[in-house]
Amino acid sequence: MSVSQTAFHSALLDASQDVPGGLSDGLGQPAGSRFAVYRNNVAVSLTEALEQSFPAIAKLLGPDNFKGLAGIFLRKHPPDTPIMMHYGAAFPDFLAGFEGLSHIGYLPDVAQLEQALRTSYHAADADPIAADALQAVDPDRLGELRFDLAPALRLVRSPWPIHQIWAYNLEPGAPKPTGGAQNVLILRPEFDPQMTPVSDGCAAFITALQRRTTLAEANDLAVAEGGDFDLSHGLGLLLSGQAITRITFGDAP
Amino acid sequence: MLDNSPRFTALPAAPGVGYKPQHFSDVMNDATPVEWLEIHAENYMGDGGRPIAQLRHLSEKFAISVHGVGLSIGGEGALDADHLVRLKTLCDWLRPASFSEHLAWSTHDSHYLNDLLPLPYTKATLSRVADHIDQVQEVVGRQMLLENPSSYLAFDESTYAETEFLDEVAKRTGCGLLLDVNNVFVSATNLQIDPYAYIDAFPVARVGEIHLGGHDEETDDHGAPLLIDSHGREVADPVWTLLDHTLERAGPRPILIEWDTDVPEWAALAEEAERAATALQKVPA
Ligand SMILES: [Fe+2]
Repeated sequence: MSVSQTAFHSALLDASQDVPGGLSDGLGQPAGSRFAVYRNNVAVSLTEALEQSFPAIAKLLGPDNFKGLAGIFLRKHPPDTPIMMHYGAAFPDFLAGFEGLSHIGYLPDVAQLEQALRTSYHAADADPIAADALQAVDPDRLGELRFDLAPALRLVRSPWPIHQIWAYNLEPGAPKPTGGAQNVLILRPEFDPQMTPVSDGCAAFITALQRRTTLAEANDLAVAEGGDFDLSHGLGLLLSGQAITRITFGDAP
Repeated sequence: MLDNSPRFTALPAAPGVGYKPQHFSDVMNDATPVEWLEIHAENYMGDGGRPIAQLRHLSEKFAISVHGVGLSIGGEGALDADHLVRLKTLCDWLRPASFSEHLAWSTHDSHYLNDLLPLPYTKATLSRVADHIDQVQEVVGRQMLLENPSSYLAFDESTYAETEFLDEVAKRTGCGLLLDVNNVFVSATNLQIDPYAYIDAFPVARVGEIHLGGHDEETDDHGAPLLIDSHGREVADPVWTLLDHTLERAGPRPILIEWDTDVPEWAALAEEAERAATALQKVPA
């Protein structure tokens, strides 16, 4: 009898199904627990891929809970490409929708932060503008500038102290989270994504620049959201993080 | 004029290791006795950042073997055209000394399973695998090596021995073969065949690369030994002995040490590579 890959695949992901017939141990006896080697490989390798990408979530949940949750996730959202660095993009939303976890409200946002770190790590390289490029611009026209930002830049906004929670779980000696909302800006000046908690104003500033508003508009939006926004501080962050890759006037594409 | 020719046109008949990012500075400093490196293609398909930067540096110093783990050449469905293009893109910029994939499937209905799954050896699967390899070699634009799998079970419907199947695929497509000697030992133990007879039946003239890796020992429902191809420890002694036999038949070949889980310090890998170098020295060129 022939074993279709549809039957093999379906029995792989559902351990309650019988091992397909037509598989043996080489001596004509049914394959039995030998099939479990493949079942195990699939579940373990995908769980490990998730754990590598979401180490803070794994730490927060503990090994048994994480394994159980990953088992549900990998059946509901199997990878659709063989590129494991991309696997789990749906994990933060899955956590948000998982009823048994609703009492840990910050979990999806911490997962979002880890997803942002990982995609930043693998994002395209881009040359930053020179450190003094803004000084060369006519001060009267500075406000008209629009920026291209580095592909590795990420901004995650949360009502939870996600950076503190992340650090407390993964960095030895990091202090206990104290609470409060956190916005985290991720920049990659070289190869390692760097996280900086930023104010609401600064987060609004960066969101505006990402939408390619002018510098003046971005500043207005930032001040409207957080009265204490300091433009030179915001620009300094981006410049030192090598996050501005091009400046243009007006609506130039 | 831009020199677009590969720096390394072939893997040397010397030890290589599966590259792990944590060994970057060890490797760049002094990789002795390792002369070439193998990478898993799928780990270098991001847009940029450290992995790709490291690979650029490594490729200036070492011959690189690109080893794909996700193409699902044995799959019932069509090959993933997007993934084929990714492999081509990687090979185009990296210009590796070798490109290889597995006799296995890993994708079904666009669901990727992240494991190398077995297929029956029949006329139908033979022509499907051959068609897929034709397509790979055409798109990627180079010859590929096809690797023998490690097996935990057999298909009753199979009508070819694995060695015959691989020989026939290679003849039809012109592909080369990657002979994983640990996989031979694992499959032979698990399916109770003679690993030496397997090597003797293998079309060794087509072997462009040899793999060695560690395995774990378990037992099946009947208490029979069941070896698991874990790549998480040293190569077992009987596999080294089987390697000697293989090299006697095949002559010197590039030999890769695969160590993918519980990855040790560089020194432990170099020691395994040293053992491969010793095995190669015993073989007349
Ligand atoms: Fe292998």
